[in-house]
Amino acid sequence: MDTLIFIITAAIALIGAVAMVVARNAIHSALFLLLNFGAVAVLFLLLYSPFLFAIQLTVYAGAIMVLFLFVVMLLGAERIEDAPDQIAWQRPLGIGLGVVLMLVAMATALRASAFAPPPGGEALATFGDPAALAALLFTHYLLPFQITGIILLVAVIGVVVLNQRGRHRSEEAGREDARTRRREDARR
Amino acid sequence: MEPIQIPPVDLTLIAPLLTITAWAIVLLLVDAFLIPDERKKLTGYLALAGLAVTALVAVPLWNVDGSTFSDMVVLDRYSLTLTWLFLLIGGLTIAMALEYLPRHGIEQGEFYPLILFAVASMILLAQATDLIVIFLGIELLSLTLYILTGFAYPRVTSEEAGMKYLIMGAFAAGFFAYGIALIYGATGSTNLAAINAYLAAEPFVLSEQVLLLAGVGLLLITFGFKIALVPFHMWTPDVYEGAPTPVAAFMSVGTKAAALAVLLRILGSAFPLAYEFWLPVLSVLAAVTMLVGNLGALTQTNVKRMLAYSSISHAGYVLLGVIVATERGVEAFLFYMLAYALTNLGAFAVVIALEQRSESAWSLDDFSGLFQRQPFLAIAMAIFMFSLAGVPPTAGFIAKFYVFTAAYEGGLGWLALIGLLTSAIAVYFYLRVVLRMFTRDPGRPVEPAMDRGLHLNITLAAGLTLLIGLLPMPVVNLVERSLVALGL
Repeated sequence: MDTLIFIITAAIALIGAVAMVVARNAIHSALFLLLNFGAVAVLFLLLYSPFLFAIQLTVYAGAIMVLFLFVVMLLGAERIEDAPDQIAWQRPLGIGLGVVLMLVAMATALRASAFAPPPGGEALATFGDPAALAALLFTHYLLPFQITGIILLVAVIGVVVLNQRGRHRSEEAGREDARTRRREDARR
Repeated sequence: MEPIQIPPVDLTLIAPLLTITAWAIVLLLVDAFLIPDERKKLTGYLALAGLAVTALVAVPLWNVDGSTFSDMVVLDRYSLTLTWLFLLIGGLTIAMALEYLPRHGIEQGEFYPLILFAVASMILLAQATDLIVIFLGIELLSLTLYILTGFAYPRVTSEEAGMKYLIMGAFAAGFFAYGIALIYGATGSTNLAAINAYLAAEPFVLSEQVLLLAGVGLLLITFGFKIALVPFHMWTPDVYEGAPTPVAAFMSVGTKAAALAVLLRILGSAFPLAYEFWLPVLSVLAAVTMLVGNLGALTQTNVKRMLAYSSISHAGYVLLGVIVATERGVEAFLFYMLAYALTNLGAFAVVIALEQRSESAWSLDDFSGLFQRQPFLAIAMAIFMFSLAGVPPTAGFIAKFYVFTAAYEGGLGWLALIGLLTSAIAVYFYLRVVLRMFTRDPGRPVEPAMDRGLHLNITLAAGLTLLIGLLPMPVVNLVERSLVALGL
């Protein structure tokens, strides 16, 4: 039963991923990505991770997708212009290399590992529930948890820096424009 | 439900990291609320003070050894020496930027805390012994660099450079995460020592460990991108050219040093048993990098792009020291990084001195006859070029000698030979700059902008480049005591 559900969800996830790349409309791409997120969420459930399942749905499929759609629609960037490809040989080469990579990955997957499954492979009863995850975050993964906080801080600084300055500068440029215009008017 | 017990952590082991991170955060607030807009240079001085304080905090740790945070970070002399190197790089970068930013109308106080964050992430990388921490360290470093690259925002080249770096970097991050997942699947751990312990537990045939090989291969791709090894180097010239020059200087030495340092630790302590796989791969990458980097620099007429290609080729040389993975190799790596950092930061400082607002003075013609107009700049640039080319008596010569000896002794004689041959090619384009400066007549007049920070920077870099070249022993002693424990 597990295998059957896995095959179905995996197929849906793959279809969603491929369609996302191929779709020419950005909105369609975003929706296919949503399909992929949903399928991956089910995969988490199959791996006994109800918490990740919920997070995947609320954070990725919920919040982040809404943000994507919002940005795409705000910019009106739904359609890609059908500009001729600047580098014509790029696409076939990319597809060819992609196929090669996939064949290698499949060969990797098909060859059985000589190692026994690594220790800790069997799932505990509390595996993946929020309390266990939180305990891990505050004990074993304390340092990575803190670093993630710093990373988010830097990201926020970056957004503020790049944005605020743009506004500041364009104001300055605007003032300069006005000044030159006044000067020209005076000359006239 | 029982409360979570936070395990005991030894904060002294990450004292330098904590100091500089806290300093950066506080400085950010001080800059925003206390420092008026027209005195942003003060933020720069405070950032310099932060780097100095961090360097002092690290001094009493010289005889301390240990790991903490569930063995995710380690403090050893290797990481301490690198910490000082990173602080030096950060300090020289800030000294360069103090006048550069207002002159180009892009002064913003946040620049300096961002440099501090970048240095903090590099220190973290030097201390990290867990793939998760390494991943986060690389991401933190990259994120600050994306912002700094795009810092000259209205300038289109800067924006383009930031965008290019962001997209390529995000792609590389994906490879790294995937690699960690595969390695975890193969060995059941992300801790470097635990991975090695698992692999050493029972004999295995490397070629059958496809999962492990694929994982390590993906990691190598990411490092290839971060260090700018050929064929993952395409972004380098564009990004260095577009980024504000102090940032380009910082990237050309800082990112490389941090990424190579952590690569050395990963290869040495997690995958010494897989060296049959990574040694040939990285050897070929090093050889191709030395060749393509130097040949690419040969045709450049833009000095900033030439320095970008030269930084690619130097990544190839220093990779030799990393992959021989002997004690001599580690020493050579550390020595080379120090010599290269001083020299390259100095060369970029000269480029900054000649750079004009809204007009780039990076073409070779602008260096023509520099000696007649600015003897100080010309002589300093000549020292840097000689050092980059590896001509005695400069630090660059000793560094190359060190690396090639290490490679030869480690059984990579053919790579040392390629290194020698490509160095001979490199002499041509480095000396071309020197010849132009001393023999040609001045072309169009370029008004060099010299200020105290830049002056000090160039003097310090040139002086140390010569001093290390003449008296290498103190540095050699330092690097000999800073060996990392290799699992070989």
